[in-house]
Amino acid sequence: MAEPLLSTDRLVKRFGGLLATDSVSIDVRAGEIHALIGPNGAGKTTLVSQLTGNVRPDAGAIRFAGRDITHLPMHARARLGLARSFQITAVLREFTALDNVALAVQAHAGHSFRFLADARRERGLRESAQRLLAEVGLEPRANALASALSHGEQRQLEIAMALAGDPKLLLLDEPMAGMGPEESQRMVAVLRAFKGNRAMLLIEHDMDAVFQLADRITVLVYGRAIASGSPTEIRADPDVRQAYLGEEAV
Amino acid sequence: MIAGLRTPRGLITAILLLVLAILPLLTQAFDQRYLLSIGTRIVIWSIAAISLNMILGYGGLVSFGHAAFFGIGGYAVGILYANGITTGWIQWPVAIVAASVWAGLIGALSLRTRGLYFIMITLAFAQLVYYVGAGLEAYGGDDGLNISRSRFSGLIDLRDKAAFYWLCFVLFCATLWFCGRLVNSRFGLVIRGAKANDLRMTALGFAVFRYRLAAFAISGAFGGLSGILLANEGAYISPAMMSWVKSGDLIVIVVLGGMGTLCGPLYGAIAFFALEETLKPLLDLAHKGWGEYWQIVFGPMLVLIALYARGGLDSLLGRRHG
Amino acid sequence: MTAGDWTDPNVDYLLLQILNGVQLGLLMFLLAAGLTLTFGIMDLVNLAHGSLYMMGAYFAWTLIGWTDSFLLGALLALPATFLLGLLLERLVMRRLYARDHLDHVLATFGLILFFNELVRALWGPAGKSIAVPRFLAHTVEILPGVLYPAYRFAIIVVGALVAALLAWLVARTRLGMLIRAGASDRRMIGALGVDIELLFALVFGLGAAFAGLAGLMAAPLSSVKIGMGDDILIVAFVVIVIGGIGSIKGAFVAAMVVGQIDIVGRAFLPDVLKAFLSASAASAAAPAISQVLVYLVMASVLVWRPTGLFGQRT
Repeated sequence: MAEPLLSTDRLVKRFGGLLATDSVSIDVRAGEIHALIGPNGAGKTTLVSQLTGNVRPDAGAIRFAGRDITHLPMHARARLGLARSFQITAVLREFTALDNVALAVQAHAGHSFRFLADARRERGLRESAQRLLAEVGLEPRANALASALSHGEQRQLEIAMALAGDPKLLLLDEPMAGMGPEESQRMVAVLRAFKGNRAMLLIEHDMDAVFQLADRITVLVYGRAIASGSPTEIRADPDVRQAYLGEEAV
Repeated sequence: MIAGLRTPRGLITAILLLVLAILPLLTQAFDQRYLLSIGTRIVIWSIAAISLNMILGYGGLVSFGHAAFFGIGGYAVGILYANGITTGWIQWPVAIVAASVWAGLIGALSLRTRGLYFIMITLAFAQLVYYVGAGLEAYGGDDGLNISRSRFSGLIDLRDKAAFYWLCFVLFCATLWFCGRLVNSRFGLVIRGAKANDLRMTALGFAVFRYRLAAFAISGAFGGLSGILLANEGAYISPAMMSWVKSGDLIVIVVLGGMGTLCGPLYGAIAFFALEETLKPLLDLAHKGWGEYWQIVFGPMLVLIALYARGGLDSLLGRRHG
Repeated sequence: MTAGDWTDPNVDYLLLQILNGVQLGLLMFLLAAGLTLTFGIMDLVNLAHGSLYMMGAYFAWTLIGWTDSFLLGALLALPATFLLGLLLERLVMRRLYARDHLDHVLATFGLILFFNELVRALWGPAGKSIAVPRFLAHTVEILPGVLYPAYRFAIIVVGALVAALLAWLVARTRLGMLIRAGASDRRMIGALGVDIELLFALVFGLGAAFAGLAGLMAAPLSSVKIGMGDDILIVAFVVIVIGGIGSIKGAFVAAMVVGQIDIVGRAFLPDVLKAFLSASAASAAAPAISQVLVYLVMASVLVWRPTGLFGQRT
């Protein structure tokens, strides 16, 4: 079998006495949506932070697109095609939606040590940005300031920014956080459109969304991956039911 | 530009620039030579404030050591002068390169830190330059050194007050133009994006540190330019020109004018010098002798500005577009 | 020194200079302690902390004049600076906590201008001097045959006592527990159900009193003058940056280090420099170079550890 797009090999991260990541080995194959679930404090964010390069693992390795990226800085990982969205909305509020996406495109379109030419007049950047906005259904709001967008629209903008540069893998950190049911469904529709041609690692609390979207699910509890498999297998797994789903209505 | 005149901001800026452009003629016509020297200082401080605004206003980096560039620009000119090199063709490029290199050096160290550490480190490095200046006994130590204005033989005589003013004004316009282009370029957008959220920018794939470092070096170069002009204006260099109070004054000017706005530093510089010039006589009018203590009023004004008027003067001219 | 003394005069000189460094370091620690606490707990950049140092000295000058007693005047100046701190906290600082650092810089820079000018208006532009109190105007024999000015020795004793008190306060009391909690995570204090406003006011007032104590103790060694707090404040900032913001222990260690560097630089650099420069140039350049040394140490520490020696690592 071909090497998976992203894989971790026995990642370990300690914070003081707390084992936040306990020898976690997961992988994401090309084109699949792999969901990572687990109760609060299970170490999902710590794991994601290690994948993006925010946090250095204490042991273990991360491979992405055929190379070891364990010690690569964050911006270099992004340039390799590992894009992420943030759990807390991190759009640039003083810029328009189009500017936000155009900046994301700019990050992948050569260097930015260009000091005099007006970046907002670069056709290439603007057109790609327009296309990405259309892809997430935000085109009508292109010229609105990001701060004027609704919460749901900001999350969509996040996705559009993550899509810039045609990333190999999207790391989506709770894309539905804080959304109403209607907004969630719109986001599910946006993400479902990518299914099959873009790999995603999806961290999400919304179980409906997870079971609708995911090809595979890994369950994280106390920093350990206790189970991994198809949605059907996860639903049936007794450990998962006890440790996690048991408290929710299953 | 023409369309810009329809907004109050455009109109007021255009009038200000026009007045500044013909200031020597005006001061001669009304026989107010003193005003020309204030005008010269306003223009020079505006250049410094624009350069600080690049990193503070647009970049969100609270640098509390910008007066060091006054000092480095000034001392480069003064030291070369004292060693017999009087031509500006050597003095000025050396000064600008020195300021820029220093900016790069402190940037490389200070940009590794953030928040309070960053503020204090930029301040401390400026103090380091200050004490080095004060320790240069050969160049006057604490007392400073009298110099004569740079020579640009056959081209311009800087000893002519009007000519010197116009040179400063032209350089100010060039700085303003450059800053205007810079902040809307690819580079400028990266710097501004990093101010809003540097983690976001890094996650997008920008090596934020490198861009900020470059911004520091560019800002330092223009800061050095203002130092050159300041040394020439007073025909004098001393550690006092880079005391930390001057760094504070520059921050005040940038905030007073409106952070991250193109013309804010100019408004700020005008307001800063105008306040000094008007508060004194006003207080003297209220009670003879009080004018001397104008900072008793000015200090609390800064507190109020910090608390209630962060948009600066620029925000009084209506909302900005883009 | 008596004839035939067994000690080597160079060793004595070294010892005295080290003691001077300790004394300077303790003064800086008093100044830095309040600063690092307001930084750590309230996240407040208070440039005007040096003004409290200055006000402490001016209060002491006036009160010593009124009471005709150094001890009484000094003891009254402490609550005066404490109250001034509370007033300042109430009027200005409290409104700044939620704001960003730039607002802090701007507002407290304005306060410096205000206090410097206020002092000039009330006490006049000329510096004042506070005499070393008569009961301390002698020397003490700290080692057989080694004499040290009693006043400087008293500063060391008082400084060490206050440092010990502070260490006890932070490590052993409920107030200290809150301070430690606040320095590591501000939200925690709220979660503990404590009156935050009162805690912040108290911490600020205490910091002000420590600054005032440092100012009035330093006064007899130099003079009471406008802006006296500004330069030493910047060094105090260096101290807390080296030590790590929010860490009392860090402030203490760094203050001691900086004190030694400064004094050793002043005391020994001129001799070293005389090898290269004229005598007058050497003695003029030495203080500047010892200042520069302090900043170089800070730069090296930060290259090594960007959040200082004992700072919270992220």
